Amino acid sequence: MSQVSILNRRQFIALTGRTGGALMLGSAFGGLGLSTSAVAQAVLPKSDGLGEQLGAFVTIKNDGSVDIICHRAEMGQGILTSVPQIIADELGADWSQVNAILGNADPKYGDQSTGGSASIRKHFTHIRQMGAVARDLLEQAAANQWNVKKSKVRTQNHEVIYKSRRLSFAELAEAAAKLPLPDLDSLELKSRADYTLIGKEDIALQGLEKIVTGKATYAQDIQLPGMLIASIERPPVVGGKVKSFDASEAKKISGVVDVIQLKDRSFPVNVKPVSGVAVLATNTWAAIEGRKKLKVEWDHGPNVSHDSETYKAELVKKVARKGKEARVEGDVYSHTFNASRTIEATYTVPYHHHMSMETPAATAVIEGDRCRVWSGTQAAQWGKRLVLEELGLDEEADYDKVEFNTTLMGGAFGRKSKNDFTVEAVELAKATGKPVKVVWSREDDVKHGFYHSTAANYIKAELTDDNRSDHWIQRVVAPPIAWIFDDKTTHLTNGDLSLGFADIPFNIENLSCETPEITTHVRTGWLRSVGNINNAFALGSFVDELANKAGISTQKMWLNLLGKDRKFDPRGEGFEGYTHYGQADKEEYLLEIARFKGVLNEVVTKSGASEKLPDGQGWGISIAASFNSYAAAATKVSVIDDKVTVLEMHTAIDCGLVITPDRVRSQMEGAMIMGLSMALESEITMKDGAIVQNNFYDYPVSRMPQVPDLYVHLIKSNDAPGGVGEPGLPPILPSITNAIFHASGTRIRDLPVKKTMKV
Amino acid sequence: MVKLTLNNKALSLDADPAMPLLYAIRDIAELTGTKFGCGLGLCGACTVHLNGAPIRSCVTPLSAAQGKTITTIEGLGNDDAMHPVQAAWLANKVPQCGYCQSGQMMSAAALLESNDAPSDSDIETAMQGNICRCGTYPRIKKAIKEAAENIQKAKS
Ligand code: FES
Ligand code: FES
Repeated sequence: MSQVSILNRRQFIALTGRTGGALMLGSAFGGLGLSTSAVAQAVLPKSDGLGEQLGAFVTIKNDGSVDIICHRAEMGQGILTSVPQIIADELGADWSQVNAILGNADPKYGDQSTGGSASIRKHFTHIRQMGAVARDLLEQAAANQWNVKKSKVRTQNHEVIYKSRRLSFAELAEAAAKLPLPDLDSLELKSRADYTLIGKEDIALQGLEKIVTGKATYAQDIQLPGMLIASIERPPVVGGKVKSFDASEAKKISGVVDVIQLKDRSFPVNVKPVSGVAVLATNTWAAIEGRKKLKVEWDHGPNVSHDSETYKAELVKKVARKGKEARVEGDVYSHTFNASRTIEATYTVPYHHHMSMETPAATAVIEGDRCRVWSGTQAAQWGKRLVLEELGLDEEADYDKVEFNTTLMGGAFGRKSKNDFTVEAVELAKATGKPVKVVWSREDDVKHGFYHSTAANYIKAELTDDNRSDHWIQRVVAPPIAWIFDDKTTHLTNGDLSLGFADIPFNIENLSCETPEITTHVRTGWLRSVGNINNAFALGSFVDELANKAGISTQKMWLNLLGKDRKFDPRGEGFEGYTHYGQADKEEYLLEIARFKGVLNEVVTKSGASEKLPDGQGWGISIAASFNSYAAAATKVSVIDDKVTVLEMHTAIDCGLVITPDRVRSQMEGAMIMGLSMALESEITMKDGAIVQNNFYDYPVSRMPQVPDLYVHLIKSNDAPGGVGEPGLPPILPSITNAIFHASGTRIRDLPVKKTMKV
Repeated sequence: MVKLTLNNKALSLDADPAMPLLYAIRDIAELTGTKFGCGLGLCGACTVHLNGAPIRSCVTPLSAAQGKTITTIEGLGNDDAMHPVQAAWLANKVPQCGYCQSGQMMSAAALLESNDAPSDSDIETAMQGNICRCGTYPRIKKAIKEAAENIQKAKS
């Protein structure tokens, strides 16, 4: 028997850690709670009557079509296509006969936590191996039948071929399923030259037809017989509790079945529910109407005085002073800065919210000692562990008592890696003994999010005579995400500081990168590109300011600061704690200065950003590397009477080997549009500890008339595959504000732009 | 009991006439292609046709549909063929997460019903009530133009 088999539960937990939180802290969003050593496993082939399972991911159906599992969560990024595409390529399958199946929470799939733009960049080889297992079994079955060596046969277009002989996958599946599993390490993977599906331009996307016909199932769409819908009134302030409530009027609403107080939860807030009072009804509207009639008195707890404006002023004050050192080179503090060659600037961004079109939703039902869950989550396995914990079940002995089904997500952007809403459904299903779907309103979503941290970045640098810098101080302060897991946390972690801050790719002789301490009062969380948002805004703006001071182009300033082409490992240059999105030890992922320059030069050339523009118009450019990819943006704006209009946006992206080119383009388009909203108009604020905003009217996101023509320039590359979902976003914000500066002379250092100008 | 025609089927829905049409369609008629996004008429995710006109079903009471014809995304095409808008959405790979797209397609189909050669600004005006957080607007624009061409071709 093969040495490759499914890990037992104990081994799996040993690999992945028991709790989501603990591991995540060190991993800079990279792992989302699971270590990269949790890899996909081959499982014994088996037949279920409908088809033959060849390993954990591939089933050859009786009709010859192939079901391929996508074990990563689909939220719009297109992974439902990309994972099966990689497997089908390795397998030699005909793409028109492949059906992608969303995988439920199951350790046999390896790490399923879908975040950190990690699906391909961290799992490419494992995914290919899962295709290779099935291919090998089919090849062996054919070789046995023809009495030739396995090495003589190969798969192509849904068949196994030897000279002029051919057998279809369907003909071989049964025999293949009886074979022992091959050893994963012995499997030879296809070389790049032989890829037929990976990188293919026009590949049909999985699941698209269901979407355009209204048949796709999202978490909000789950319906079970006898199901109750829950609408929950939650404490307005993080850490608040129900003091008392009166449900008498709520219960009078026709359709309302029950009103239940959720249990209190303590600090740290983790990713658990925040308590509150649930109104349960036979339909959504009755639940909403009942909730309107609910009277709840709150004990607001310790965070009631949080005010985002005061807090931001505190951040700005903190960042003006020396903080804890993250990366130090030379001795910048013994230097006397030459004022005429020095710029000093502080940049601030507000809290942000994901604002996925689909608000959070989950359904649960308890049947005897079992529980079934349907959730639109990025983190199914972590969610399942939370469900087990909620039900008081043992993570090992009772693991299979919970069935955790994942649905498509109507957007997520990091929000839905937190399963607070899933646990709410389980808590209520247990309390009522009925199937319960928890449905969040838009207001619930806006007011009970895990927000992108408001942040202040400070940079001070002196220009050398040849317009570089040898003296540079930079600081960042923001409420750390780690606080939700450990409320004693007062500093950003090394992982946070590796997000375009202390990994600044410049050769500066005297450099100090620091982070002051701060207390946190809200649930912070990962939002598309995380700390890169504020770090890239600060750096991208500052380089533009330096260029302006030096009287050279911003492109030239970047090239000067980037210096010679070289591989760049921040660990060798003063930043020992560098995490590089979980790939710090991988040679093929080391930062490369030439790739920064590559995207920069590409975006300037393709956009024409160096052209001279009429008065009132300006181009802005910026670069950022994140999640093992490199992106540059160029934006053209006009500013007339203080009114900003964005005219054109470009992104150049080098994400290494491209799997699904169309989905890379769509992610870049989406990132430009999200960046536009963030730069110009979106902002979450807090007063008396509570979120001020409610819905799209006060957390506006870009609409069609605001969006200009968008251009994506995809760099052809043979480098190791990088992330795609997030890297497009960071350079967008500074490209917009730099363009505003070049059009109008107004420098925006405090976002959103609408605080300063009309948008 | 509210009587209406939903995707060419005569129906009586046993629900409070004040219930927003959105929840009647989703929870009572159990057609979940129509989506909730805001509940305030701000995002367009819930767009359906009432006697052919695009409406936001989250702010339209069920009673307004009494005796009328409602079309949802499930009824936009038919068993034999997709609506030209759906076909153009597919050809241009418009959706990302797809959640807003039922509403987008219903708005687009209504636009093309009254204007089969919309300009950019016609499209922007008709579509500005439909939010797509994933950012598919440029593809939506392109798909609408392509659908318009195909509709014109079919007519001539
Ligand atoms: S849900 Fe109706 S317009 Fe947003
Ligand atoms: S495709 Fe996701 S919101 Fe439009």
